[in-house]
Amino acid sequence: MLTDSDLQAIWLTVRLAGLVTLILLVVGTPIAWWLARTPSRWKGPIGAVVALPLVLPPSVLGFYLLLAMGPSGPVGQLTQALNLGLLPFTFGGLVIASVFYSLPFMVQPLQTAFEAVGDRPLEVAATLRASPLDAFFTVAVPLAAPGFLTAAILTFAHTVGEFGVVLMMGGNLPGITRVASVQIYDHVEALEYMQAHRLSAVMLVFSFVVLLALYAWRPQARKGG
Amino acid sequence: MPFFRPLLLIGALLVAVSAHAGKITVAAAADLKFAMDEIVARFRQAHGADQVEVVYGSSGKFHTQIQQGAPYDLYFSADIAFARALAKAGFTASEVKPYAVGRIVLWSATMDARQMTLAGLTDATIARVAIANPKHAPYGKRAEEALRASGLWEKVEPKLVYGENIAHAAQFVQTGNAQVGIIALALALSPELASKGGYWLIPDHLHQPLEQGFVITRRAQGNALAQRFADYMGSPAARAVMTRYGFVLPGEAVGK
Repeated sequence: MLTDSDLQAIWLTVRLAGLVTLILLVVGTPIAWWLARTPSRWKGPIGAVVALPLVLPPSVLGFYLLLAMGPSGPVGQLTQALNLGLLPFTFGGLVIASVFYSLPFMVQPLQTAFEAVGDRPLEVAATLRASPLDAFFTVAVPLAAPGFLTAAILTFAHTVGEFGVVLMMGGNLPGITRVASVQIYDHVEALEYMQAHRLSAVMLVFSFVVLLALYAWRPQARKGG
Repeated sequence: MPFFRPLLLIGALLVAVSAHAGKITVAAAADLKFAMDEIVARFRQAHGADQVEVVYGSSGKFHTQIQQGAPYDLYFSADIAFARALAKAGFTASEVKPYAVGRIVLWSATMDARQMTLAGLTDATIARVAIANPKHAPYGKRAEEALRASGLWEKVEPKLVYGENIAHAAQFVQTGNAQVGIIALALALSPELASKGGYWLIPDHLHQPLEQGFVITRRAQGNALAQRFADYMGSPAARAVMTRYGFVLPGEAVGK
């Protein structure tokens, strides 16, 4: 039913979204933790920067990333100096772009979850001589578990839905940067409506199931918490 | 409800659209970007207040959009076959008119493309070659044909990156992310790109002709301004612009 290149695009999309979610779990958690607990006056500006991809058109992000990662851009010069070559048109470049693109979808739910944990459990942990790191992993993380799940699902789903940034800096390479959304666009432009329909249906069902899972989990989490 | 009135007012402002007396929208293939801008500017000078807006993009996308009722009054396709298909499906109000034959060139922003050949694309110093997507972009199809006819496809294909349309492919080269591109001559001759690198004309016996055609769409049936603009394309002024951008015009000898 789906062609090989459709399946390739789906697998690539899953790989990309999975990898981005893992990276953002590592990168986003400390940012969210800091944002949730800091009294610093930088909280506002940093929070705004993190939220930027929510507001910015993907074309702006794609444009800046393409120039920054290009041969005369700062990132491009760094990657060339490190003998890594250039990032546009590569899977690695797409992962990095997607990390920026999906950052708020990881950080914001986590920040909310950490804020909900509050000071008290951590103070209690501290009186029991738990180190801050210990308290974070044994107290804050378990209490914020539903937040982690929400953040991970949203990040994964949002990366799957990415289109504009990929189109601008991906170069449409099969198996490397041609994700499902771009594949659908190509089908439509080539007037292959039947194939576009099939792949679109897969995306529709996937998105619905993800959101259903998210909403099914939430009331349960509220009861538990 | 203190917020209600201001909201209503803002809503009304956002909904309100200014009605133009004579206004047409032209959907044009991306290779026409610079040539069409000039032609429209001249047309405006000649016809005063008339408004012509141009939307540039890939011919295949416009073809789909017009079938779905897109508000385009004229459609300039980089592949005359798309325009003919629209006519056959009953979405046009005029004959399909050939307006130009396009050419493809090697172009680079960082190297001297005048010294290049297609065979030179296999050189190890060239990591990325940008073309338009051959799946649906006419210029991409011709680029693929030229590479295949030269027996270079297998060697060059791993280096290829695909732009959504020919202007997108040119932009990959302009930003330096691809060292070389196979792009439209019309774009290589534009002021933006002509200042860098130069170009090498790909012999046109290596690919099918890029025969381009336009139609007036069904929604512009009887629209005098659309008809005037269509007629203007045949005027000496418009033809001069097209020639300057490297297009071979109908009624002229091909292959100069």
